[in-house]
Order: sequence, then C-alpha cells, then structure tokens
Amino acid sequence: MSRRVRSGLFLVAAAVFAFLLIWGLLGLPDFGDYRGPYGDVLQQVALPERHTPQVVGATTFDYRGFDTLGEEFILFAAALGAVVLLRQQRGEEKDEEEEQDHPADRQRRDTSDALRLLGLGLVGPLVVLGLYVIVHGHLTPGGGFQGGVVLASAFVLVHVAGRYLILQRVRPMPLVEITEAGGAAGFVLVGLGGMIAGSTFLFNFLPLGEPGTLLSAGMIPLLNISVGLEVAGAVVLLFSEFLEQWLLRGRGGGA
Amino acid sequence: MMVLQGVLLVLVAVGGTAVVLTRDPLRQAIVVGIFGVLLGVLFFAFQAPDVALSQIVVGSVALPAMIVLTLAKLAQLRGPYE
Repeated sequence: MSRRVRSGLFLVAAAVFAFLLIWGLLGLPDFGDYRGPYGDVLQQVALPERHTPQVVGATTFDYRGFDTLGEEFILFAAALGAVVLLRQQRGEEKDEEEEQDHPADRQRRDTSDALRLLGLGLVGPLVVLGLYVIVHGHLTPGGGFQGGVVLASAFVLVHVAGRYLILQRVRPMPLVEITEAGGAAGFVLVGLGGMIAGSTFLFNFLPLGEPGTLLSAGMIPLLNISVGLEVAGAVVLLFSEFLEQWLLRGRGGGA
Repeated sequence: MMVLQGVLLVLVAVGGTAVVLTRDPLRQAIVVGIFGVLLGVLFFAFQAPDVALSQIVVGSVALPAMIVLTLAKLAQLRGPYE
C-alpha cells in the first residue's frame, strides 16, 4: 500500500472517528451532573448497613463482591497463563544451554551504590505502606488491589537495589505461589462462609463492629486481605518470570 | 478546584502526547510512568482517590517495570539495544 493511499485511508478513518466521538460527547450529561440512582443510594446506605465510611470499598467488596471475585480471578488466570508459558520455555532453554550464569554478566548488572542505598531504604516503608493500605481498605481509599501492588513493588525494589541472587532468597517461589493461590482461595472461602451461615454466597456473616475502627465492616477487611495477598503474589510472580526470561540470556532463547 | 482540574487535564493531554512522541522505547517506559502519575493526580483531583491509587501503582510501577524487562529480553535476542 502506497503512502498516499495509506494516509488517505487514515484521514477518512480519523474523520469518521472524530465525528462519532464528538457526537457521543455531545450526548453526555453535563460536567459533574450525576443521574444514576446507585451512587446516591450507596452513599446513604453504606455506613448504616455495613459500618464502613469507605463506600467504594463497601461497593466493590460487598454490594458487588461477586464482580470483584471475577476480577480477582482475571488476574489469577493471567498470571497463571504467563507462568505456564514462560516456564515451558525455561525448561527448553535449560536442555539446550547448560551454562547460564556468566560471572562477567553479573558484574555488569551491578547497580550504583546510590541507587542501591535508595532502593533498600525504600523497601521497608513500602512494605509498611502496602500492609497499611490493605488492612485499612474499609476505612481509607485503597484496599487489597492497590496495597497488593505496593507490596509487590517492594520486592521489585529489592531487585533494583541488589542482585537477583538476593532476590531469590527473599522471594522463595513456592511461597509466592502459595500466597497467590491462597489469596484467591481466601476470597472464595469467605464467600462460602456466607452460605455456611445459612444465606447466599458472599453474605456478610461477621459482626459489623464499630464504624471507623480497624475491626469493623464485617467481611470487607478479610476480602481486602485475600485480594492483597493474591495481587501481591501475582505481580511478584509475573515480575520474577519476566526477570527469569531476561536472565536466561540465551540468544534466540524462547523465540 | 475547577482551575486545578483544568490544569491537570491539560497536563495529562501534554503527557499523553509526550508518550506518543517519544520514539525510543526505553525512554518511553519512563515517560509512560510519569504520565501514569499525572493521570493518578488527575483522578485524585476529580475526587476518586481509590482509582488514583490503582492508577499510580499500575501505571507507574507495574507497567514500566514490565516494559523495561521486556526490552531487556528483546535486547538479548536482537543484540545490543540502540
């Protein structure tokens, strides 16, 4: 296709797209004008019904908790898929090439002292922040997902700050896998608890407690912790598998 | 508040354009991380702190990390990265 035809095609497509976009935008409600009933209803009922000031958390983990279960398993399945694909390649690689760890390369991969110091200094605060965001998911913005990624990023920093070998010591793979699977299973088990208590899946069977305290809002904190573990495990797992691919270093490896 | 939101919208537009105009993938990974933070601040200014947190952790931690690792692997496969 010549350049001329291609740009002509692009211009036509862009014009059609711009028309549809502007047409759609004109039909939107005014800025800040909310028309749906659900937001207002949830704002009213979340505190008295669930004893939590965090309406977003109450919505995602309680009122539409089943959707969140699906979302959690999207990440679980994605991480699992990536791991299955990459591990198979790793197995092939090992057969072809015995020598994988080149001392010369490891020398080159060393990071500067400044970066290492900064990274290591941030690991502790990041772990604390991640845990805080997870366990306060029913009180303040954030929750299992956000806190889980923060926790995982602490492990990423360990890699940035140090060397892969150190990472392997603080990141025992079986533990990471169990964390991921356990988090995913925890959500389902909490949901089943509602059925055991004699009601529906994800029915709140725990005491609601005093609003605004750490131990309140029924099962929402438990679900936050489950999701936090699952997300932290999944992100660390994905990151390690990608890293592993890089360390395999074989030319054409996995291609 | 409206002024802040307007300024942030412009900044996000500039940031998004900067990501597209950056042709070097490694630099793009850094620029997309900065863009992720901008987007997070925008969500925060629009009173969605939950979404802002998700955006920051995914857009400026997970995404750039994955891009950089992928680029590192590609560099191995294709020879030194240019």
